[in-house]
Amino acid sequence: MTRLSVAGLVKRYGGLVAVNGVSFELNGGEILGLIGPNGSGKSTVMKLIMGIERPTAGSVNLDGIEMANWPSHRVARQGVGIVFQHSRPLHRQTVLENIKLALLPDSLLKLIADPHVDRRAREIAASVGLSHVIDRRPGTLPFADLRRMELAKAIARDPRVVLVDEPFAGLTPAEVATFSELIRGFRNDGRAVLLVDHNVKSVAALVDRVLAMYLGERIAEGSADEVMRNETVRRVYLGGSIETAARPESTFEDADTPLLQVDKVSVLYGKAQALQGVDIHVHEGEFVSVVGLNGAGKTTLFNAISGLVPHSGAIRWRGSALQGKTPASIARGGIVQVPEGRELFPDMTVRENLDLGGNHLQAKEAATQLDWLFDLFPILKSRQTQIARTLSGGEQQMLTIARALMMKPKLLILDEPTLGLAPVILEQLSKALEKLRQTTPITVLLGEQNVTFALPHADRVYVLEHARIVWQGPPDRFAAEAGTGYL
Amino acid sequence: MRNIFRSRLFWIALIGSIVALLLPLKVSGYILGLLTVAYYFGVFSMAWDLLFGFAGEVNFGPTFLIGLGAYTAGILNGYGVPVYPCIAAGAVMAVIGGVVLALPALRLRGPYFGLTTLVAVLIMMNLIVVFAGFTGGEIGLTVPDVLSVDTDTNYYIALIFMIVSGIILYALSRSPVGLILQASGQDPIEAGALGFNVTKHKLTAFVISAFFSGLAGALLVFYMGTASVGTLVSISVGVQVIIAAVLGGRRTIIGAAIGAIFLIAAGEALRPFGELSTFIVSAIALIVILVVPSGLLGILIRGEEHA
Repeated sequence: MTRLSVAGLVKRYGGLVAVNGVSFELNGGEILGLIGPNGSGKSTVMKLIMGIERPTAGSVNLDGIEMANWPSHRVARQGVGIVFQHSRPLHRQTVLENIKLALLPDSLLKLIADPHVDRRAREIAASVGLSHVIDRRPGTLPFADLRRMELAKAIARDPRVVLVDEPFAGLTPAEVATFSELIRGFRNDGRAVLLVDHNVKSVAALVDRVLAMYLGERIAEGSADEVMRNETVRRVYLGGSIETAARPESTFEDADTPLLQVDKVSVLYGKAQALQGVDIHVHEGEFVSVVGLNGAGKTTLFNAISGLVPHSGAIRWRGSALQGKTPASIARGGIVQVPEGRELFPDMTVRENLDLGGNHLQAKEAATQLDWLFDLFPILKSRQTQIARTLSGGEQQMLTIARALMMKPKLLILDEPTLGLAPVILEQLSKALEKLRQTTPITVLLGEQNVTFALPHADRVYVLEHARIVWQGPPDRFAAEAGTGYL
Repeated sequence: MRNIFRSRLFWIALIGSIVALLLPLKVSGYILGLLTVAYYFGVFSMAWDLLFGFAGEVNFGPTFLIGLGAYTAGILNGYGVPVYPCIAAGAVMAVIGGVVLALPALRLRGPYFGLTTLVAVLIMMNLIVVFAGFTGGEIGLTVPDVLSVDTDTNYYIALIFMIVSGIILYALSRSPVGLILQASGQDPIEAGALGFNVTKHKLTAFVISAFFSGLAGALLVFYMGTASVGTLVSISVGVQVIIAAVLGGRRTIIGAAIGAIFLIAAGEALRPFGELSTFIVSAIALIVILVVPSGLLGILIRGEEHA
């Protein structure tokens, strides 16, 4: 029987259509995987169901009751629960008290909790394997136990529909197995489960059905196998047939001491392993792509190179260690990172943003550099006096890259430049990168989850998965050798 | 309940209260007078801590609520209304004013709630000056009646009021409602997804905070016999209330009272330093906030939380 029915769901943020007419049905005792790359709108769908965001149009129906436009506390009381990927538990309370919180009624008059609350909270803690830490504070727990606590809170609400955001992010394989069992437990209890994740592979063993999204729309639906075989899905994830123009590694002159050498670098964020023993190197003049899904560790790797996060292992630049250098001195040494969030000065004009980038250059040198950049990105020339905030997403991305190039970097690090951009913009950006590669001796390290964008320019490709490098090679061998792991 | 006798906080509060109850046997009327004011400030700070420490909302204008209570009570008394109805009216008015302010302000995110409360104080200060005929304007409002002419009686009224308020606010903060309030303050999205109406809980916290602020403000007027912008409403009074709560230890309720008493006692003890005394008190406050973010009470009960 259909439990949750979503029909024609639309969400617009200003001009951006994040979700465009998504419909699906979910039965009790069924697990549906909602997958899509970054920016595909899958998380927005989850928020729309939970009432965290209000839909622009469409219907969300739970057992015959229309819930679209309800605030989230009403949706929750109607029987929808959510397991957040990142939550902020009550740090001054124990695990038991955190679970008890989820058992409390939304009443202003409950000054003393009912006695059954304590017993029930202990039962739930036992069922997810938290009994041994029940009196500890969340801050002292390992990451997996924090995730268990989030599951426990969801169970406490006894929801008919459970939404789980990236169920396995940051977990070890053994923990993934335990969590899969717990999520199957939801199904066995007759609950409807919606798993939101980046790719089919991570949830394939668990789901009954998969719905794949791309750019706000449904592109495929069916069993995990069917979706993985689907042509559109393969094109989105693997980039279909791509023309590559890789130069063999032996053609670079600095074969012995690469320009950048990252040696067994590991990063811990609190308890989550963000990078584990990563080895990569980049030659002078080379274009290297690091491909990986959201959360694989790309940004962490770049931040480690730029000196923004503490790490173990060694990073060498032209043969000398970067360890202990400040981010500013690393940047002055020629490593310039274009961050994922763009981070322009939004209330300055295009020209002012560029001038700030070229601040350290002599006036004449800056003028030359600016001319060259306007040649590379003609659109910016015509937009010089426009306020950066009012540019489109693609233009902003070009401006960010141009601003970084004003600093005359030796190594340009681009972190996920395609995030949230429409396909037509991708093409413009792609052309600009190609021109950059062909007309200048610049070295580029590109982090991407959009394979279509990452492969054509690359000389070499690394695949980063769950904090580790799992494959490296030339781009033309990617689909055959690493593609299946990427779906 | 059985845990309460093992809690260091309970014994600190109990011993402190007994010492305070016995003080009139020992110390001069002058000091009792100072402490009387300190106790009312203690209630201001505790009420503020409920909102900041638990609901996570920074109210930069605690004096808006205090002033509403104080001026409502004082003005009504000028028209011949007896003292106790005036005090009740003051508390009610603070609650009404609090709701009128909080309903739109709580819809705002981030720092805008705090800014709204700050603007409310500025508007109130202006209105008091503009309607000087009713409010006494810049000179201040003189009220005909007082709570009592006896120093000891005034002292005990303030002390017992502070103890009772402290017990109520502390119990509330430790109740299931307090737990929901903390969750709403820390992660409103998750609190909503757990089925809690975040706005309702925060509004309730604001109402309770307003009630105690208004009540304490009204009582203070009938202790001092006057109300003026400088002593009850100005921004610097509000800052003192906030510093007391943070200094004493945020999210502890009781710490806020300790902080308020400490500030007034320290100001007095350092009086021989003249102009420097304010500077020294501020410097101590700054050092405590920087070095021990959990505040004075945090130092006293350190270690217990991790036991």
